[in-house]
Amino acid sequence: MKARAFDYARPASVAEALAAFAEADGDASYIAGGQSLVPALALRLQAPAWLIDIGHIAELRGIAVEAGWLRLGALTRHVDAHDHPLIAAHAPLLALAAPHVAHPAIRNRGTLGGSVALADPASEFPAMMLAMGAEMEIAGPEGIRRVPADAFFLDLYQTALEPGELLVALHIPVARPEHRCAFDEIARRRGDYALAGCGIILAMSGGVVEEARIALLSVGPTPLRAHAAEAALTGAALDADAIRHAQAALMDDLDPPDAPEVPAAMRCHLARVLLGRLLAQIAEAA
Amino acid sequence: MSATLPVTLTVNGETLTRLVEPRETLADLLRRDLGLTGTHTGCEMGVCGACLVMLDGLPVHACLTFAVQAAGTEIATVEGLTESTVIADLQRAFHERNALQCGFCTPGMLIAAQGLLARLPLPSRAEIRDALSGNYCRCTGYEAIVDAIETVARRRAAGETAPAFAEEPA
Ligand SMILES: Cc1cc2nc3c(=O)[nH]c(=O)nc-3n(C[C@H](O)[C@H](O)[C@H](O)COP(=O)(O)OP(=O)(O)OC[C@H]3O[C@@H](n4cnc5c(N)ncnc54)[C@H](O)[C@@H]3O)c2cc1C
Ligand code: FES
Ligand code: FES
Repeated sequence: MKARAFDYARPASVAEALAAFAEADGDASYIAGGQSLVPALALRLQAPAWLIDIGHIAELRGIAVEAGWLRLGALTRHVDAHDHPLIAAHAPLLALAAPHVAHPAIRNRGTLGGSVALADPASEFPAMMLAMGAEMEIAGPEGIRRVPADAFFLDLYQTALEPGELLVALHIPVARPEHRCAFDEIARRRGDYALAGCGIILAMSGGVVEEARIALLSVGPTPLRAHAAEAALTGAALDADAIRHAQAALMDDLDPPDAPEVPAAMRCHLARVLLGRLLAQIAEAA
Repeated sequence: MSATLPVTLTVNGETLTRLVEPRETLADLLRRDLGLTGTHTGCEMGVCGACLVMLDGLPVHACLTFAVQAAGTEIATVEGLTESTVIADLQRAFHERNALQCGFCTPGMLIAAQGLLARLPLPSRAEIRDALSGNYCRCTGYEAIVDAIETVARRRAAGETAPAFAEEPA
């Protein structure tokens, strides 16, 4: 359980990091919190010649609100999602999801940027980026670009990040007063990757759903927007009928893989139960 | 063969510099180079929790941090926390309640518990269990560990100054 030997670079800026990657001819990995990468190196699933430590780049840090957007530097740690007052106020869905991510010691080092860049379909934060309509700020040799979450998660562990590009920050539209959000997941043990998870943001007006954003994790190769369930809710009064309709519509959104230990029908069932519970929770609190 | 690099960090209050291979983990540095074998290594992939240390005051896995990444940080191991007596009450409660058998998991349990009580001084039993979700114990069945941590939370909240861990009479 030891990583293969590698060389180590510790750039001080995004420009230096991109240059270090180019110099390594692509045979390099960025390391942020290392909470996914170090096990992968120890298991020798990856063996890059260079490790480029981005953990000391000031441009990748910081939590701030700018013109209706919450900017989270890529190095924002899981524990900040848990505890930071600006995240609680402006991205409450992240705060709800954070306690479900791994274990406390991993949350002390793991970064939101690392989680989103890795894009594990069983991870909480990538799915919440979809639910919140976040935009990813990406730095590459050609400069900076912003990619909306809906266009970021492409396939299993595949994102819009090209090799060598850095995720600089996550930009999240700040929660509005009419927003109601809820998150839950079903895992065999707290901290384990979930069998299914769901995050919801509803814009409510007098008991009616004006806009719905629903994202699921662990139900396919990428985090998933539940467009059919969202459409079923939009314009409806949030009552038992609407919840049933949304649950039925959700089945059109899902096509989970069939595995012996977790059959597709079981994941569909869990997702359906979660959606029902979370919508009922929002309806009750209204 | 990758070059070794000098790393300067503070371990249990002492600032020191060592030459390390980049692939050497913080756990390797502590155990092999510094002889601090209280930091245990079980899985070396973040699953068992035996290797927890305090890094700048927060519990982290020494097996999931390369020593080079820890440059400039302050590390406290179970040895340092024992010497400074900040976990003496936890150690005493673990002893009283038989919250260890083989002791392999104990350093990690103590550090996880210390981290929890710093964040949440009076946790419920469910919150204690939740905080230990990344710490495996193959011996005790956890019940006694949760009891011991609950006891210390109450004692600390009541302002009881921790009696130092009593050595067994010779
Ligand atoms: C026992 C255990 C349980 C876990 N349970 C969960 C769980 O329940 N849910 C969950 O979501 N996660 C879980 N994790 C993973 C954890 O959340 C990771 O911390 C997180 O996925 C990665 O963040 P990191 O900063 O540690 O990234 P790293 O491990 O440093 O990097 C991960 C990948 O992202 C790339 N990367 C990192 N930052 C950037 C960037 N800014 N730009 C471009 N690429 C980048 C790296 O090159 C690497 O490929 C668990 C991990 C362990 C060890
Ligand atoms: S040795 Fe670090 S978690 Fe098991
Ligand atoms: S006491 Fe043996 S593993 Fe916990």
